[in-house]
Amino acid sequence: MGSRASTLLREEEIEEIKKETGFSHSQITRLYSRFTSLDKGENGTLSREDFQRIPELAINPLGDRIINAFFPEGEDQVNFRGFMRTLAHFRPIEDNEKNKNSSASEPLNSRTNKLLFAFRLYDLDRDDKISRDELLQVLRMMVGVNISDEQLGSIADRTIQEADTNGDNSISFNEFIKVPPVDGEQDY
Amino acid sequence: MLLMLLLLLTAGTGTGAGTGAGTGTGAPPLRGPALRSSPPVPASPSASPPLLLLPKPRAEYGAPGVASARSAAEEPAGGGGEEAGEQHHHHGGGFRVVQWEWSYVQTPYIIAIWLLVASVAKILFHFSQRFTTVVPESCMLILLGLVLGGIVLIANKKQLYQLEPALFFLFLLPTIVGDAGYFMPARLFFDNLGAILMYAVVGTLWNAFCTGFSLYAAKLVGVIDERVHADLLDFLLFGALVSAVDPVAVLAVFEEVHVNDTLFIIVFGESLVNDAVTVVLYKVYISFVEVGAENVQTVDYFKGVASFLIVSIGGTLVGLVFAVLLGFITRFTKKVRIIEPLFVFLLVYLAYLTAELFSLSAILSMTFCGIGANKYVEANISQKSRTTVKYTMKTLASIAETIIFIFLGISAVDKTKWAWDTGLVSCTLIFIFIFRAMGVIGQTWVLNRFRLVPLDKIDQVVMSYGGLRGAVAFALVVLLDGEQVRAKDYFVATTIVVVFFTVMFQGLTIKPLVKWLKVPRSTSRKPTINEEIHERAFDHILTAVEDIAGLQGYHHWRDKWEQFDKNYLSKLLLRKSVYRKSELWEAYQKINIRDAISVIDQGGNVLTSARLSLPSMTSRASFPEVTNVTNYLRENGSGVCLDLQVIDNVPGAKVEEDMETHHVLAENLYKPRRRYQSAYSRHFMPLGEKERQDREVFQRNMKSRMETFKSTRHKRHKKERSLKKRRGSDSKEDGNEKPRRNVSWQDKDPVVVPVESEEEKGEHSDPEKEKEEDEGITFVARKAETPKIRPKSVPAALEGCHSPPAAPYSPTSEDSHLPWKGGVGSPPPCVSVEATKIIPVDLQQAWNQSISSLESISSPPAPAEPVHPRVSALSRLGGPRPASYTPPGSLAGSTSSVGAQVAQGSFCFPEKKEEEEEEEEEEEEGALQEMRPLMSSLRPPGAMPPPPQPPPGSAPGSGKRRNPCVYLRSFVTAPPPPPPPPPPPPPGDSRSRGPTQL
Repeated sequence: MGSRASTLLREEEIEEIKKETGFSHSQITRLYSRFTSLDKGENGTLSREDFQRIPELAINPLGDRIINAFFPEGEDQVNFRGFMRTLAHFRPIEDNEKNKNSSASEPLNSRTNKLLFAFRLYDLDRDDKISRDELLQVLRMMVGVNISDEQLGSIADRTIQEADTNGDNSISFNEFIKVPPVDGEQDY
Repeated sequence: MLLMLLLLLTAGTGTGAGTGAGTGTGAPPLRGPALRSSPPVPASPSASPPLLLLPKPRAEYGAPGVASARSAAEEPAGGGGEEAGEQHHHHGGGFRVVQWEWSYVQTPYIIAIWLLVASVAKILFHFSQRFTTVVPESCMLILLGLVLGGIVLIANKKQLYQLEPALFFLFLLPTIVGDAGYFMPARLFFDNLGAILMYAVVGTLWNAFCTGFSLYAAKLVGVIDERVHADLLDFLLFGALVSAVDPVAVLAVFEEVHVNDTLFIIVFGESLVNDAVTVVLYKVYISFVEVGAENVQTVDYFKGVASFLIVSIGGTLVGLVFAVLLGFITRFTKKVRIIEPLFVFLLVYLAYLTAELFSLSAILSMTFCGIGANKYVEANISQKSRTTVKYTMKTLASIAETIIFIFLGISAVDKTKWAWDTGLVSCTLIFIFIFRAMGVIGQTWVLNRFRLVPLDKIDQVVMSYGGLRGAVAFALVVLLDGEQVRAKDYFVATTIVVVFFTVMFQGLTIKPLVKWLKVPRSTSRKPTINEEIHERAFDHILTAVEDIAGLQGYHHWRDKWEQFDKNYLSKLLLRKSVYRKSELWEAYQKINIRDAISVIDQGGNVLTSARLSLPSMTSRASFPEVTNVTNYLRENGSGVCLDLQVIDNVPGAKVEEDMETHHVLAENLYKPRRRYQSAYSRHFMPLGEKERQDREVFQRNMKSRMETFKSTRHKRHKKERSLKKRRGSDSKEDGNEKPRRNVSWQDKDPVVVPVESEEEKGEHSDPEKEKEEDEGITFVARKAETPKIRPKSVPAALEGCHSPPAAPYSPTSEDSHLPWKGGVGSPPPCVSVEATKIIPVDLQQAWNQSISSLESISSPPAPAEPVHPRVSALSRLGGPRPASYTPPGSLAGSTSSVGAQVAQGSFCFPEKKEEEEEEEEEEEEGALQEMRPLMSSLRPPGAMPPPPQPPPGSAPGSGKRRNPCVYLRSFVTAPPPPPPPPPPPPPGDSRSRGPTQL
């Protein structure tokens, strides 16, 4: 598999991806082999079904949301470039990057972009606000059946109330950024 | 202060032993009975030689009292004959009115006095705020110990008290470690586990070897005096015991410094985990020293390594086994709440002792027992037990820490125990400091390649500087066998200096250092529900991404663990009722409670206890609003649930009518003075009369205060739910009505209350819980049934529904909800200007009619209503009620949706919005139709209230209940407008936006 992966992946492509995402060469080839192993249709793109075949993802409460995040709006296929672009959000910020972060274009793995990625998982209608309903949906996914709608509703209310600074009953991205305790996201 | 301590001290040492510390020099004349008879005294709850940490043959350890008795006994007492004579004198000569029984109480007495001294010392330190911010408490305690030791020494020529290793390892250390382990922030600990393990294992080994070898080198070079008879093995042994960072010292100093959480957990975690390393190294060296360096074979080194693995892993496993045991036991303590804390202490302590028994790492065992059990235990035991556990643990740990430091000081004074060598002392100090710094820097460099949030230079400085040595090292060095380690006295002296230097000098300077370096401090940030949610969401996201990328990283494994925990462990270790609860919900509750408390703290009180103090019928009737607000808040599932018991018992989506009824009774009634009362119970903690009343005042207060908070929340989703809510208000009123009637009823029968309130307070929901466990399947059925105790007036409302917009009666129900809206101080959105415009004329008339009718209703407090037969029966029984019930707080979703449906059905407000939602309504009506037979059949005969009366006996669960009276009144007092009035100007602006959005 590995050899096939590297043959299919042209050097210049790797270079481009490298530039765009900041992954190292070996990371790219490793992910490419992962990509091809996921790609059951062997057509160079992944479909939603391909993702859903990952067993762990099937039990992940937010699995569907995350799968969706890999697909640009309106499409149901994602190629390797897109795949890498999404994954790049999860690349840790390295020391040397911290310094040049101030430069013009923000890398995909900046704190803001990471948070934006998470934000988009909540914000289904892409209005840059997490409404109560959207929050409720996510909560519902995460809590299972043991908690009632009413409880969930009050949690959601409370959540929004807590984060909502401008009083529009929803969480905007700016409000969202201020909330999370985690320093960016972890790992990958 | 000194004088006082001196007095206390003499009380402790002198009185019985008669040495007269203040006056006496030398020859103790009155030593008498105490000492002679001390051997037969069952002196030792504590004399337990076989469990010593290390297999060293010092059999005679014990509590301070024992120690003192022993050392005093050793002392060549001036006159044995005198003593005997005195004893004779005591017990001879016939009957004596008062006897001097010092020997009888000696041991516990001395222990108690010591504790008292330590505690009083703590109080005294904290008299000066400025002083304690500069000088850490641990320093002060050591100084105090030095002073006390000096006094005893002067008085006695002999140190009576020592920090005995057995006392330390068997009693003092476990209390501190137990506290630390049990309250360890588990997530933080495991997130940094890699770093902790690295520092604890590699770092400690590095320190031990380097210090040992360097000291040996120094010896060879000649820096260390010739008198120190030690070879390489001795130095390695010494290096091992002096290199371990000490949990007690670290806790004591770092807790005051407030460095950020990560830094703290790394240093503290290291100090806990390195126990295994220290113990093993120590043991290995001891055995090497015993057999002699030349006889050590290669295989022994491997045995040493194996021993390390066994000691650490074995200790951890023992801890985890006890954690499981503890979780499992607390699952069944429902009926014996009072001993729940005991189980926690016992099993955690047993984990420690068991590990000691097999000479595994006891600290690791205890730590992991605490970490592992915490989650399950906290979920299983009651709120009170939780508080008890917390405070007891903190108290014990605090007192143990105090004693340790005082004893360290005292022990240092005894000159016979140690010998000074400047070379050794200074070399050790320098080496441990240098190697600590080097080790930290080296390891951090490695770690930072893997860590996401790297440890920067400042962190490293603090970590190096925070490598405090403490009582563990001291106890270990005292345990050394002077026969085999001939330099023991030198080592003791050096260890004492090292401990003093690190605790006092470094402890004193670390605070300014941290300030100067601008180390990020821990901010006492309150947890927010947002964090709670997003943290979970992020965990899921990261796990998913790891899965997609095909990695099996940290998150992957954590997710696996969580699955395992959820599927097996929690099922095994948690009560079923608890198991069903959502952690998220729990967190939410906690945050709410915190908020509520802070609200109370900040504000004054609304109700005075004077107002509540007369539980007579009239006074109650005069302010029913209090009752009803309480009621509303309690039953409203949205969780501003201030009654801790309610929170305790909020079971997931379970509907507990029983509990609800209990609460209606228990909460709404001001407790009548008890006619009789079981004065004492070992099994239940009775609340004092005063306490109960205070609590009541507090709760009611809190609830009414939280009203404001809630109302803002209600505004929030008005958009989405205004319709629902308005309808829901019907049922809300019902609920309010009920309790009031109960009040009147209950009052006639005050005897019932005393009988049941005791259990009820603490245990009321237990039967329900049991039941719950038994009948998970009826769940669905219950949902359908919930409405059955609901509005008796529903039929009327239903009629209104069938002839939608204009039925003359419909306004009754509609009106009833209006006040609900208005009562919060904001206008009912449905009566907004816009809304009124679209109300047809005939409706307006109906409206006005109803308003006037309302006026008449709302004024009388309606005490004479018939008691709901079921309710009365129920409350009389005080027993469990099957199937049909709803828990007040949380019935939340299941009921509320049903409730909403019912309410919706019953409510037919003629408004534009209704048309918009007609389809929805139709569906719901369908549902209603189905339910109606049920409801009507369940409706108790003759309980029908007069039609205009707000319907009683409502759905307990419909989270949106409001007090009818208050709200009705507030509405009514507003001028009843010919065209329905534009509502009183809303205080909340979001409120005012509402109607327009309709």
